[in-house]
Amino acid sequence: MKIERREFLKLAGLSAIFGLGGTAIAASVQQTPSYIPDPKELTGKRWALVINMDKFKSEADVKKVIEVCHTKHNVPTIPNPKQEVKWIFTEMMENVFPEQQDKYLTEHYKHMPFLTLCNHCANPPCVRVCPTQATFKRKSDGIVMMDMHRCIGCRFCMAGCPYGARSLNWIDPRPYLDPKKINPEFPTRMKGVVEKCTLCYELIAVGKIPACAEASNGAIVFGDLEDPKSAVRKVLAETYTIRRKPELGTRPSVYYVIGGMKDAGKGA
Amino acid sequence: MHNGGKIILGLIVFIGLMAAPFIFGLGKGDVKPNPSIDTLAIKAMEKKQCVEAKAVMKTEHMKMLNDWRDSVVRDGKRLYVATDGKRYDMSLQNTCMKCHSNKAQFCDKCHIYVGARPYCWDCHIAPKEGA
Repeated sequence: MKIERREFLKLAGLSAIFGLGGTAIAASVQQTPSYIPDPKELTGKRWALVINMDKFKSEADVKKVIEVCHTKHNVPTIPNPKQEVKWIFTEMMENVFPEQQDKYLTEHYKHMPFLTLCNHCANPPCVRVCPTQATFKRKSDGIVMMDMHRCIGCRFCMAGCPYGARSLNWIDPRPYLDPKKINPEFPTRMKGVVEKCTLCYELIAVGKIPACAEASNGAIVFGDLEDPKSAVRKVLAETYTIRRKPELGTRPSVYYVIGGMKDAGKGA
Repeated sequence: MHNGGKIILGLIVFIGLMAAPFIFGLGKGDVKPNPSIDTLAIKAMEKKQCVEAKAVMKTEHMKMLNDWRDSVVRDGKRLYVATDGKRYDMSLQNTCMKCHSNKAQFCDKCHIYVGARPYCWDCHIAPKEGA
């Protein structure tokens, strides 16, 4: 059979149209898998914490909060201070607020260990220096996250962080976990990655508040800094609060109350 | 041919050595890995169905796990809406391994066979076997 060039082109065009249409129909029948956030997730634009140091009456109260966090996230207890890993920890006031040092300071605060953790800065220097974007700021809620899969252990972030909130795993952390207390729902880390507090993103994702706030009996208030009605904003409006090294321009999201705060509950 | 005998002998020895693994492996080579889905959680299922169809899981699970990881860690989206519309929490430890609680008989079977060494378990905690 002889076929004209024009006829051939017409046929080819028609079959192409049918062919494309056919695949489109097939695709619409089969639902493609998709990813969605958990409907229970807490939503906020910029999560923040207010730590009321007045409500921590003794070292035991502080230790309890640390214990809860570290157990939940499989943070190892390494005796050598040069290799230790910490998410939430204590420092003396002179180190947490070096610019506030004063020999006439209330005796209580001179000896009271201050709780400190990642400040989830609005302008985080660790994120700026990370060469692999293993640490990054979540656009949705301002959490400074760690993607352990990407961390190459270069420790630029540790040099960048002015609060000492990051720890490198110098050694395999697993032998330093209490086998009876390991949380099987959360991963551990491996040698050579940097870790820090992630503001319990895994709890926020299922509608719970961070473990430290939950365990603190109202001494740590959690909430959305951008929401004027949040528990955090309520405290900030009523009480004078301070942040660590604000002069560096990192804009921390962790506030401290030292001396007098009304009970605002656990918050959220 | 100079030293012909030695050369030919040498060649025979050489070919013999090179072929030895194939000769000794004859008849044993086709022992294919047979990952086991024999766990309590899977036995209790009415319809033995993974997140996606078996064929898809077999060929795509590595890519899927990477996509799940990126979605959860980087985008904060934790739920997977599967092809059949069912929703799953995207978690290796809390979803995959809840059913496939036999890592040694499931994951390791094929991974050892093909020489794949995924680094999942450097951090993620494998379920206690025999429990």
